[in-house]
Amino acid sequence: MKKLPAKPKAARQPSSAPGVGLPHWGNALFILPFLICYVLLLVYPVFNGFWLSLHEIDQLSDSSEFVGLANFVQLFSDDIFRGSIRNTFYFIILTTPAFVVLGLVLALALNRPGKTGATLRAIFFGSSVLSVTIVTLVWRLVLMPDRGLLANIMSGLGLAQIAPLASETLALPAIALVTVWWIVGLPMMLFLSALQQVPQDIYEAAALDNASRWRTFVSITLPSIKRTVALVAVIEVILQFQLFGQSQLMTLGGPNNSSRSIVMFIYDAGFKQWALGYSAAAAQVLFVLMLAGVAIQMWIARKRDAE
Amino acid sequence: MAGIELLGVKKSFGTIEVIPDLSLSINDGEFIVFLGPSGCGKSTLLRMIAGLETISGGDIHIGGRSIAALPPGARDVAMVFQHYALYPHMSVRDNMAFGLRNIGMPKKEIERRISEAARMLELQDLLERKPMQMSGGQRQRVAISRAVVKEPGAFLFDEPLSNLDAALRTRTRVELARLHQRLKTTMVFVTHDQIEAMTLATRIVVMNKGRVEQVGTPMEVYHFPATRFVAGFIGSPVMNFLPGALVASGNEFATLRVDGGIELATRVPLSTLPQGASLTAGVRAEYLIVDAEAPVKAKADMVERLGERTLVYATLADGNFVVGEAPRNRDVNAGETVGLHFDPAHVHLFDESGKAYHAAR
Repeated sequence: MKKLPAKPKAARQPSSAPGVGLPHWGNALFILPFLICYVLLLVYPVFNGFWLSLHEIDQLSDSSEFVGLANFVQLFSDDIFRGSIRNTFYFIILTTPAFVVLGLVLALALNRPGKTGATLRAIFFGSSVLSVTIVTLVWRLVLMPDRGLLANIMSGLGLAQIAPLASETLALPAIALVTVWWIVGLPMMLFLSALQQVPQDIYEAAALDNASRWRTFVSITLPSIKRTVALVAVIEVILQFQLFGQSQLMTLGGPNNSSRSIVMFIYDAGFKQWALGYSAAAAQVLFVLMLAGVAIQMWIARKRDAE
Repeated sequence: MAGIELLGVKKSFGTIEVIPDLSLSINDGEFIVFLGPSGCGKSTLLRMIAGLETISGGDIHIGGRSIAALPPGARDVAMVFQHYALYPHMSVRDNMAFGLRNIGMPKKEIERRISEAARMLELQDLLERKPMQMSGGQRQRVAISRAVVKEPGAFLFDEPLSNLDAALRTRTRVELARLHQRLKTTMVFVTHDQIEAMTLATRIVVMNKGRVEQVGTPMEVYHFPATRFVAGFIGSPVMNFLPGALVASGNEFATLRVDGGIELATRVPLSTLPQGASLTAGVRAEYLIVDAEAPVKAKADMVERLGERTLVYATLADGNFVVGEAPRNRDVNAGETVGLHFDPAHVHLFDESGKAYHAAR
């Protein structure tokens, strides 16, 4: 018999060789670059923001004075700020369910092999890559009074003209519509990938079990993708809390502050009125609201999971 | 309970023809096994019976009525999948009840069927569990009982044992055989494992490239393979094949001179053989016995001692490899030159098309 070559030395070492499996301070170096970025760009700003919110800062005269919680007290008696909270919540209620339902409907409709499906998927996702500037520009043209597409359609049908962006009740819903049109592609993609993870044979078993299409959807598909439903809801709530670009570019928060969001308020306070402390305090409120919003969702999702 | 008739069934995916034209009659209460290598169309055939694949031509009858146009749920069949296909978010009880609820069965009847199936398959303590909380064997039992509660006209099994480990596979196999004895329902079982086929089947349907090579009882298929493909596919170790030509034997049976000059006597009647065809002899290891007196000599390359039998892998003088068996009282060692006795009654002949000729039964 041919003699087997001797094993290389390294392979013969027992696995308990010095340095293997033991913590070593040098290992920390691997996470150091991330840690530096994380602390500098996230942890420090969060605490600095909170610290700023406790001050009255005038950037023009470069003066700063510790005022405790005075900024917060002032915020909650500020009608415009309270209005912006109301608007933001209204916006979330308008958009998030639409993202979940529409994203899922699109995913279900387009979850099929072939060119048509692929093309439509690309088209629906395509708008998501456009910048907010372009999207709002296009939609302002559509919604423009007198000459816009909507105005033309309405007059073509012999109906009274409406100018949503000039209406206190319609401005925010119009922005919500634009937002859904713009980025419904992402939820659709998330739902598509979830749908494709569901094993095909479960559907075959359901077909043999006489399940109707609706029954299959409710009893097989939805429970199989419920984690993705929760994920999409959480992502969208976090994203839509931060409504800014669309309002800024389409309505400037108007008419009469009816589409002013919290982030717009923060921006205006901080960078138009130079009240940085006041702006930072509003940012803290937004932070807490988002945290609470997501926590409530997670709690609901977990409770449903436990059932 | 219901018999199944496949009438000229065809299947193609685009331009690829998977099943050219297949007819088969499965009797009521029969345990039929579709056996064949991967890609022979056996699973496709089963899925066509289930309604999970459309048929490209022909018709399928279950219990005397055409079901080719019916949806899977309306065909009076229940299927057990290779990967169990249990509903992961439902408890065992709900998995079993799902199909029954969908047809509006009264709750009491559903409960009765579930408890009966659970008792039969020893799942009583697992009814509230989710599939994730169970072992592979338990899951497969749930999948089987999900089929049982439907009390279908026919059960369809798509390689249900291939995901289980060896010990569990044997146990589940026995359970399936018991289940069939008890329910006496038609069962169609797809596998590439010949042991499953041999042990479970009333009749085996050996398939190759979308065609039926042979339909027969396990013993028929083993002892009288209809074609060279069947002879090679069934049995372990694989049958020995030795190409050769007919020589005058002086009696009514064929004698074949195989390459290398060995003359093999057979009990295949000369009258049944085509004239002038070149033939291949086939003999299973258990009929190729190591015997010092035998005229055919070979060099033993390797000896496999399996306990109940000893296999001898040997090289003939002409370089052909054969596998024979050593008698229990004879110890063979690798490197030794041994004599090999071909049992004439069990030498099969195959013509160029693969058709088999056997000794008269």
